[in-house]
Amino acid sequence: MTVALAPAPLFSGSDWDFALINRIYETVEPIALQEMKLDIYPNQIEIISAEQMLDAYSSIGMPLFYKHWSFGKQFVTNEMMYRKGLRGLAYELVINSDPCINYLMQENSATMQTLVIAHAAFGHNHFFKNNYVFKQWTDAEGILDYLEFAKRYIAQCEERYGQLPVERVLDAAHALMNQGVHRYPRVRPRDLKAEAAREAERQAYRDRIYDDLWRTVPTGARADAIPSDARRAALGLPQENILYFLEKTGPRLESWQREILRIVRLIAQYFYPQRQTKAMNEGAATYTHYRIMTTLHERGWLTDGAFMEFLSSHTNVVYQPTYDSGQFGGFNPYALGFGIMSDIERICLEPTEEDREWFGDIAGIGRPHGGAQGHLGQLPRRKLRFAVPQPASDTSMATVQDTRQAGRLGTAGGCHSRRAWLSPYPAIAGAGI
Amino acid sequence: MHIVDRRLNPGGKSLVNRQRFLRRARAYVQQAVRDSLKDRSIKDLDKEGQISIQRDVIHEPTLHRAAQGGSRERVFPGNRDYMEGDKIKRPDGGAGSGSKAGQGDGNDDFQFALSREEFLDLFLDDLELPDLAKRRLIGGAVDGIRRAGYSTAGNPSNLSVPRTMQKAMSRRLALRRPKGADLARIEEEIALIEARDPPLPDDAVRLEALREERSTIIRRRNLIAYIDPVDLRYRRFETVPKPVAQAVMFCLMDVSGSMTEHMKDLAKRFFALLHLFLSRCYEHVEVVFIHHTDRAAEVDEQTFFYSTVTGGTLVSSALEKLIEVVQERFRPDDWNIYVAQASDGDTMQSDNGRVVSLMQQEILPFSQYFAYLEVGREEFADIEMVGTTTGLWQAYAPVSDANRNFVMRKVHHRREIYPVFRELFQRKGVAERSS
Repeated sequence: MTVALAPAPLFSGSDWDFALINRIYETVEPIALQEMKLDIYPNQIEIISAEQMLDAYSSIGMPLFYKHWSFGKQFVTNEMMYRKGLRGLAYELVINSDPCINYLMQENSATMQTLVIAHAAFGHNHFFKNNYVFKQWTDAEGILDYLEFAKRYIAQCEERYGQLPVERVLDAAHALMNQGVHRYPRVRPRDLKAEAAREAERQAYRDRIYDDLWRTVPTGARADAIPSDARRAALGLPQENILYFLEKTGPRLESWQREILRIVRLIAQYFYPQRQTKAMNEGAATYTHYRIMTTLHERGWLTDGAFMEFLSSHTNVVYQPTYDSGQFGGFNPYALGFGIMSDIERICLEPTEEDREWFGDIAGIGRPHGGAQGHLGQLPRRKLRFAVPQPASDTSMATVQDTRQAGRLGTAGGCHSRRAWLSPYPAIAGAGI
Repeated sequence: MHIVDRRLNPGGKSLVNRQRFLRRARAYVQQAVRDSLKDRSIKDLDKEGQISIQRDVIHEPTLHRAAQGGSRERVFPGNRDYMEGDKIKRPDGGAGSGSKAGQGDGNDDFQFALSREEFLDLFLDDLELPDLAKRRLIGGAVDGIRRAGYSTAGNPSNLSVPRTMQKAMSRRLALRRPKGADLARIEEEIALIEARDPPLPDDAVRLEALREERSTIIRRRNLIAYIDPVDLRYRRFETVPKPVAQAVMFCLMDVSGSMTEHMKDLAKRFFALLHLFLSRCYEHVEVVFIHHTDRAAEVDEQTFFYSTVTGGTLVSSALEKLIEVVQERFRPDDWNIYVAQASDGDTMQSDNGRVVSLMQQEILPFSQYFAYLEVGREEFADIEMVGTTTGLWQAYAPVSDANRNFVMRKVHHRREIYPVFRELFQRKGVAERSS
C-alpha cells in the first residue's frame, strides 16, 4: 500500500489551537476509517476546563444528570483530591451517545490531544457502536434525551412531593443499583403453539418413563407446594433484577416512586456494559491509539519528540504493578486489554501451530481491523478466554486460593503452564472482560 | 466533526449537589466547623478550610460481595517465587487478600474542603447584629448601577429589541412603507390577469397600471428600510453612589500585670470572632486597638496582643481614650460603633464611679453595642460559680441592667468563647436577652 508521507509534522511544540485540533482530526480520520476500518458515530469534540471535568466526574461523566446529594459528596472528594494534588484528572471523557461526545481537557499538550482523539473519538467510539453488549443494552441515540427527561421528572417530583421524600426514594434505589440490571436478555413469553408443543413433549417423556411402582411410594403432605408456586408465578419470580421487581410488584409504591425506581434502573442498565466490558473497551481503545500514533509517526506527522511524549504516557497507562510492589490495586484494565489486543494482533500476523488450532478463523489473516471480520470490539467472549494466556504469562499471573484454613493460603497454579491455561479465566472475569 | 469550546460555559454545575450534600450532613459539618475553632489560629479563622466528618453519616450502602472472608480465589500479577501447590502464609491481620492494596483509607473520616463562604455561613449560622446599621455615602467607594431609560448609542448586548421594533414600526407607519401583503395582493392579481385566456378587453390597461403600482411599491419598500439604524435603541445604565454601612470596632484590653497569657488568649479569640462577624455584616470594618494599664494608648494589633506593659489598672483611662478617638476620627452619625472590652475585672474601687458615668453619659449613647468580656483563670472556673464578683463586674452590673446595648459575660476556658459569642448574638433580639 502506498501512503502519502507528511509534508511537515502536524505540530512541533505543545501548544494547540482549534485549527490544529481540526488538522489532527482530519489526519487521524483516514487512518482510522480507511486503514483500520473503524465504524464510528459522528464525533463531537468539546474542550473543557479542569473545573468542568470535576463537575463531569461527579455526574458519572454525563453532561446532565438529576440532582442528588451523593453526587455532591463525590464532587467534594474529587475536588479535594485534585486540589491537594493527590489525584490527577483524566485527559478525556467520552460518552456513549450518538453523536459521540468527547470531552478534551484544555490542559492537554498537542501530543495528548492527538492521543485522546485517537483513543476516545475513534477507539472507544468504535467499541461503543460495535460491541455486542453495548448494542444489546444501550441506546446511544436516546440516552441524552432520557437523562434530560429523568432530570426534569425528578425535579418535578421534588416540587410536588418535597425534596426529602424524593431523596429517600433515590437513596434506596441507589443502594440497589447494582442489583438493578438485567444481565440477560429477557425471555419472551412463549406463544401458544410453542407452549403446546412443549407440553406434548413433556407428556411424551412422562409416558416413556412411567413406572407403576412409584405409585406405591408413600408421599408426605405436599399441599402447600402449589400455592407457593402460584405465588411465585404471579410475582414473576425468580427475578434477578431487584429494582425491576420492586417497580413492578411493590405493593405500596406511589406511581412517581415507581417511575424513579425505573429511572435509576434504566441508568444502571445503561452503565452496565461499561463495567462489564471495561478491559476490552480500554484494550481496544488503547490498541487503536497505539496503532494510530505509530502510523502518524512513521509517516512523519509526529515529531520524534511528540512520539516520545506519547510513548511515555502510553507506558504509564499500560503499566501493571505486581502484587507485592506496594502500588497494586487490582488489575489495570488498560494493561490487560492492551495485552489481549496485542496477542490477538500477534495471532493474526504470526500465528503458531497452537494458535491455528485454537483460532483457526483469525490466525494469519493480517492486522486486526474494525470491519466485519476484524476483531476490534466484537470478540465473542468464548475467544477471549483463550486470548488471556499470553498476557497472563507476560505478567506472571497466579491464582491464589484462600481456603480459610488458619494462617494459610494456597496457590493453585501458575498460568504459564499449558495445563493451567483455563484456570485464571473465571477469576479475572471479575476484572470486567 | 464539531469542535465546541465549553470552557466559557458557566461553571459550578455541581453547586446544587454540593449544597445538598452539605445540607444532608449539616449537623455534623456544623459541629466540625465549630470544633475547628480550637485548632485554627486567629489569623486564618476565616480562611477556607478542611473539614472532616464521620464517614458513616454520609454512607451510601450497597449490596456487594464482601471484600474479605469466605473461601475465595483471586488472581495476582507478578508471581516470581511460587509454584503450583505452594502454601502461602496469610498476611498479618487475617485478611484474605494477598496484598495491602485498597487499605489505608478504610475507616478514616470523610474529608473535604469548605469554601470561605460556606465555612462562615455554617460558622455564623443564625447570628445577627443586635442593632440596625447606620448607612451613609462615603467618597466614591461603591457604585450601584441602575437603569436610566434608553439611548441611541450603546453596546450591542444592551440593544433593546422591543423598543427598537417599536421605533421602527412607527417610522414605517409615518413614511407609509407599503406592506408585504399589498405587494402579494398585486402580484396575485397580475398573475390572475396574465393567466386569463382569452384576455378581457381592458386587461392590457389594467395590467399596465398594476405593474406600475408594483414597481412603485417595490421601490418604496427598498427605499424605506424595515429597520433603520435610526431606530436602534439601547438600554442605558448609569452608576449611582450607594450608601454603605461601615463599622468601627474598638478592642479594649487590660494589659496590666494581672492579665495572664491565658486571659489574653481568651480575649483575642473573642475579638477575632467579633471582627469576623462584623466583616460579614458590613462592607467596611475598621478596627481600633486600645490597651491600657493605668494609662491607655492606641496601638497596632501586634503590640496589642503581644506587648507586655506593667502598671496599675484604670479602666476609665481606656474609656477616655475611646471617646477621644471617636471624636477625632469616627463621627457617630457616620459610623456604627462596636466596642468589645476584655479585662480580668481588677480595677481600683475609686475609679468605678468615673467608669460608670463615662459609660452612661458618653459611650453607650453613641455605641451600637458594647460587650464586656470578663476573662478568668482557667483553674478558677468552678470557684467563680459560687458568685464572687470582681470590682468592675459590680460596677458594670447596674449599667447592663439599664441599657439594652450593653452586655457582659464571663469566660474561663477557650471552649466557652464560641458559646458565649453565640449567646450574645443569637437571633432573638436584645430585648429578650436582657429580660
